[in-house]
Amino acid sequence: MRIVVCIKQVPDTQKVKVDPETGVLIRNGIDTKMNPYDLYALETALRIKEKTGAELHVISMGPDAAKAVLVEAMALGADDAWLMSDRRFAGADVLATSFTLAQGIKTIGDVDLILCGKQTTDGDTAQVGPAIGEVLNIPHVSWVRKLIEADEKGLTVEQEMMDSVAHVRLNYPCLLTVEKGIFEPGLPSYLKMKEARKKEIHVLNMDKCDCRDAKRYGLSGSPTQVEKIFEPTYDLSSVRLDKTTEENAQALFEKFVELKVIEGGK
Amino acid sequence: MRPFKKIDVQDIEVLRTFVPADRFFVDNIHPDYSHDEMMIYGKKEPEVVIQIKSAQEASNIMKYASEHNIPVTPRGAGTGLCGGCVPLEGGIVLNTSLMNRILEIDADTMSITLEPGVLLMEVQEAVKNAGFLYAPDPGEKSATVGGNVMTNAGGMRAVKYGVTRDYVRGLEVVTPTGEILELGGKVAKNSSGYSLLHLMVGSEGTLGIVTKIIMKILPSPKKMTSLLIPFDSLSSALKTVPEIMKLPEVATTIEFMEKEVLDDAQEFLGKEFPNRNYPAYLIVSYSGNTQSHIESMLDMATETAMKCGALDVFLSDTAERQESIWNARGAFLEAIKNSTVEMDECDVVLNIDQVAEFVDYTRECSNQYNVRVRSFGHAGDGNLHVYICKDELDDETWKKTVEEVMDKFYIKAKELNGQVSGEHGIGHAKKKYLEDSLGETQMTLMRNIKRVFDPQGILNPGKIVD
Repeated sequence: MRIVVCIKQVPDTQKVKVDPETGVLIRNGIDTKMNPYDLYALETALRIKEKTGAELHVISMGPDAAKAVLVEAMALGADDAWLMSDRRFAGADVLATSFTLAQGIKTIGDVDLILCGKQTTDGDTAQVGPAIGEVLNIPHVSWVRKLIEADEKGLTVEQEMMDSVAHVRLNYPCLLTVEKGIFEPGLPSYLKMKEARKKEIHVLNMDKCDCRDAKRYGLSGSPTQVEKIFEPTYDLSSVRLDKTTEENAQALFEKFVELKVIEGGK
Repeated sequence: MRPFKKIDVQDIEVLRTFVPADRFFVDNIHPDYSHDEMMIYGKKEPEVVIQIKSAQEASNIMKYASEHNIPVTPRGAGTGLCGGCVPLEGGIVLNTSLMNRILEIDADTMSITLEPGVLLMEVQEAVKNAGFLYAPDPGEKSATVGGNVMTNAGGMRAVKYGVTRDYVRGLEVVTPTGEILELGGKVAKNSSGYSLLHLMVGSEGTLGIVTKIIMKILPSPKKMTSLLIPFDSLSSALKTVPEIMKLPEVATTIEFMEKEVLDDAQEFLGKEFPNRNYPAYLIVSYSGNTQSHIESMLDMATETAMKCGALDVFLSDTAERQESIWNARGAFLEAIKNSTVEMDECDVVLNIDQVAEFVDYTRECSNQYNVRVRSFGHAGDGNLHVYICKDELDDETWKKTVEEVMDKFYIKAKELNGQVSGEHGIGHAKKKYLEDSLGETQMTLMRNIKRVFDPQGILNPGKIVD
């Protein structure tokens, strides 16, 4: 059995800053880390590997620096790592990204299970995972919050559907995107990390892919036009009530009426 | 002077005039005021509770109390573990938790001035937001800073940064007779006579009531990374600690933990620990300003640990990873508490090369007395927290067992030249052990100090010394 986990290197900050002039994410000078959601996908893969003895590959798309997260994935227990890296891949939207990763997964070959995090913390679209499933034309389930069973033929999973929960049985090959908390991600071994730095990472450019049509990759393969990226504005204000309990209660009531949280009676 | 005066109607009439009505309680006293976190050491109701908001209010109350021989017990958040805030003689409980303003963060003198009721979590957050580090890091984040100062609370970062005492530069204190003293200030050093300031720190509210605190703050290191190091036994983990301490860079934190306590914590939190299946661990943290600097520290610690028999070395280098291991570590006390019906605790501090011997000894006692013993603690400074759990024992057996086993622990600690309390203090619960440990000459000096500050013995009576 062969599992592939898709991982992405993201800025190591909770507050992603946007350049107000260009509308582009500011990535310079910010530390990077593995997308936190991908850690849950990787941990899920490790648990299945533990049970089935599967071979575990990780794949990412990005510049050479993205090798750091692949090394980390190997320190966490992945057997082999692949990096889709080519100038022609740059500027990819969901469609081009998922197409490119799917090409990489095809190159790895004989893949039974693909696991992705629910979303990334920088792009936040939550679409790349399912889109890979579509490109590869295999069944896929998003928002998986629990792995009920994993055997040689397939998986039974629990899917979070906001107002309901679905139990789904899938046969391999298939793709899942997993929720935060499906398993507690383990810590990377510092010793394995040192070993992993010496290991070869397979780097794939477009010429090594099945499809060599440049129009399918990067900016030219991306129909999405991002008109504007901006930081969300927050409109928070606080009022401190520190008179007597009765006066505070009255003031709070009046505030609620003013804000139309409740209707004012007489 | 014992016997103290019981509070009567006339006293209440006068005491009432010192604070507004909504901060004065006689008939409707919340039951929490009769105990701290360790109810095993007994409860006692106060006669009056007064929430103060200024040194002047404390002074007025103390003047009246000393004139009328009424006992006064100061109290912060009540998170102590030795009965320090329990009003053993009734009287007044003087609650400082409404004095909760941070008055100033002064970057020019690298100090913070605050009232005693500010919570540890609040001061840590405020100093962090100002771009600095509040270095003391006791485990109980909902304790007040006043309480931390009064017990000289320690915590996990003591290995590198020391304890609360090391950060106190100035105090405003109300004496048992109602004088308001300014001790120390913002100055960075001070050799001006006996340090009354440092006599106050750790005095558990027996010498004065703290109404303002000035503390040192530090530049904040940019990064903190932890190593989770598994071992095949706690003993081999603990024997590694002195070797790590010898390295050229000082670790911020070195904690030890065992699988059994981790299991309790996982159950208590309903959350898995990010690492499984090892019998014992050390958590070793390093802080620094650049990745390469931290990595050089990690490399040295890793090499040392592996030479000492570590089974692997795991890295916790992101906010999420730090949270997952530190949340588990932070929950140990509550988790053990939750795992049994009643427990008693010992907070001894030992030379760091003797922690392993002591822990082995607690195991022997556990087997010999057939009682469950759990421990965790600060391996890097020799301060451990050992818990004896009642579980299925009947009341009589429990009482007898816990007393005998505790006695053995403290005797062993003394044999190893350790001290009774590393950071929780003495309160009334550990007085017997303090006397046994320090001997008559030191105890007499301590009693005399108490008498100089508090000739009538009205302030927090029955604590530390009689």
